[in-house]
Amino acid sequence: MTTPPLISFQKLSMEFGQQRVLSDINLDIERGQTVVVVGESGCGKTVLLKLMIALLRPTAGSVTFDGKTLANLSDRELTRERLRFGFLFQGAALFDSLTVYDNVAFGLREQRNLSEAQVRDIVRQRLQEVGLPESSESKKPAVLSGGMKKRVGLARALALDPEVMLYDEPTTGLDPIMTDVINELILQVRQRHPVTSIVVTHEMKTVAKVADRVVMLHPLSRLNPGESQILFDGTPAALKQSSDSRVQQFVEGEARERLKEMAGGSVLF
Amino acid sequence: MATAGPSKPGPISALGIVAIHAVTLFGDFGLFCLQTFGWMFSRRPAPGTLLPSFYLVGVRSVPVVAITGMFIGMVMAVQMFNQFNKMGMATRLGSMINITIVRELGPVLAATMLAGRIGSAMAAELATMRVTEQVDALSCLGAHPLHYLVVPRVLACALLIPLLTVVADFMGVMGGAFICTRLYGVEAHFYWAHTEYYVSMWDVIMGMIKAFFFGCSIALISCHRGLNSQPGAEGVGRSATEAFVTSFVAILVLDFFLAIFLLALHDRIILQGAVRTFF
Repeated sequence: MTTPPLISFQKLSMEFGQQRVLSDINLDIERGQTVVVVGESGCGKTVLLKLMIALLRPTAGSVTFDGKTLANLSDRELTRERLRFGFLFQGAALFDSLTVYDNVAFGLREQRNLSEAQVRDIVRQRLQEVGLPESSESKKPAVLSGGMKKRVGLARALALDPEVMLYDEPTTGLDPIMTDVINELILQVRQRHPVTSIVVTHEMKTVAKVADRVVMLHPLSRLNPGESQILFDGTPAALKQSSDSRVQQFVEGEARERLKEMAGGSVLF
Repeated sequence: MATAGPSKPGPISALGIVAIHAVTLFGDFGLFCLQTFGWMFSRRPAPGTLLPSFYLVGVRSVPVVAITGMFIGMVMAVQMFNQFNKMGMATRLGSMINITIVRELGPVLAATMLAGRIGSAMAAELATMRVTEQVDALSCLGAHPLHYLVVPRVLACALLIPLLTVVADFMGVMGGAFICTRLYGVEAHFYWAHTEYYVSMWDVIMGMIKAFFFGCSIALISCHRGLNSQPGAEGVGRSATEAFVTSFVAILVLDFFLAIFLLALHDRIILQGAVRTFF
C-alpha cells in the first residue's frame, strides 16, 4: 500500500488581478523528501511556497496537507496546521522591534504552554544549531548582516520543531561562503530533525547540495500552448541530462535566445 | 496582420469598475472590522502588545493635544471677543467658547491631530511589516495579525482618545479663559458663572463619546490601509497618506451623524428622563 503524499497540489491556479502566475499545477510531495523548486524570476516559485502554507488562497484548484484541504479549514485550524511548518523568508522577515532572542522565542511564547526557562533553553539550542553566539541574543535585526539574519530566521523557524521546512531563496544576496554555510545548515536540519523540506532557489549549487528531487517551473508567458508549467520533475542528476533546451539554459546559466527575444521586444520582463 | 490591442474601457464600463472597487473595499473593511472585534472579545490581547500601544497613543500624544487645545481656545477668544464686546455680552464668551470646545472642537481637533500623528504612523508601520513579510511571519508562528497587531492599536485609540480629548478640552477652556479674563479684562466671576450655567456634564460626555468613535475609526482605517498596502516605498507612503485622509473624512462624517444622534438622545431621553438631575 502506498502512503499518501504529505503535500498535494491539484489543478492549482493563481491569479493576481489580471495577471495569471500559476496554471493547472499538479504536484505531490512525499514525507521526508527535500524538494528544490527552481525557475526563472517571476515564474511563481514563491507564490507556490506561500500557497503551501495558505498565506495565499488559490484562485482555482486546491492544496492538501496531510489529507486536509487547507481552503476548508477555519482560521484557528489553519493556525494549528501552520505551526507544523517552519518558514525561512527571503529577507528573513525578522520582527524589527524585537531582539534576536525575542524573535526566536516568539512562536514558543505564542503557544503559552512553556515556562520562560523552557523557552530560554530552546532558543539557546536553536541559536547554537545555526552557529550564533549568546552575545547576539540582545541585538536588534537592524544591526545584523544578511547571513546572520538568515540564520536567525532559520533558528526561529526551527524553534517549534516543524514537520515541514519551507525555504524561500535562502541564499539570495549572500556571499559564496555564507551561501555554503546556509546550504550546510539545510542539510544539518534534515539530519537532526525528521523534516520534509521545500527549497525555492535559483542557485544551482543549492540544488546540487541539498536536493533529493528538483521541480522546475517556467513563466506562463513563455510556455507553448498546452504545455505544463512544470518543465522538469526529477533528480538533480536527471536535471543536468535533460534534453529540454530551456532546462539546459537554466542549468548552465546562459541567456542564448532570451537575448534575441528581449532584443526583438517580443517578451517583457 | 493587424492585431487589436486591449480596448480602452468606455465611461460606463469605467464607472462600473470604480463602483465594484468601492463596494469591494467597503465589504473588505466591514469584514476587517467584524473580525477585529471578534478577536478583541474572544481572546485576551497578546502579552506585551498593549502597553507599547497605550504609551505611543496616550503618553506621547499629550503634548501635541495639549498645545492644539490651548491655542484653539485662545484663538476663539481672540476672534469672538470683539463681536461680543460690541454687544455688551463679553461675559457670555465663557459659555460660547467652552461649549464649542467641549462639544465639537476638542474632540474633532484632538482626533484630527491623532489621525495625523498616530494613524499615519500605524499605517506606515503595518505597511512596512506587510511588504517585508513580517505579517506573513506572524501567521506562520501561530499569531493572528488582527489579534497581535490590530486589536491593541484599536483598544489604545478607542480608550485613550476620549481621555486625550479631556486634556484638549481642559487646555482649550483654560486658554480661552486666560485670554478673556487676563488679556481683555472680562470679569472672571461672570465668565465662569455663564460657563457653569450653559455647559453641562452631558456636553463633556458627548465629546468623549464622539472621541471614542473617532478613536475606533482612526485605528481601524489606519490598520486596514497598512495591512493592505501595495509593495514598495511608494505603496507604504500611499498607505500612510490614505490612512490620514480617510480617517479625517471619517471623523467629519461621524461627527455630523453623532452630533445629530447625541443631541436627539439628550433631548428625548435625558431631558425627559430620570437622569435629568445629574446632567
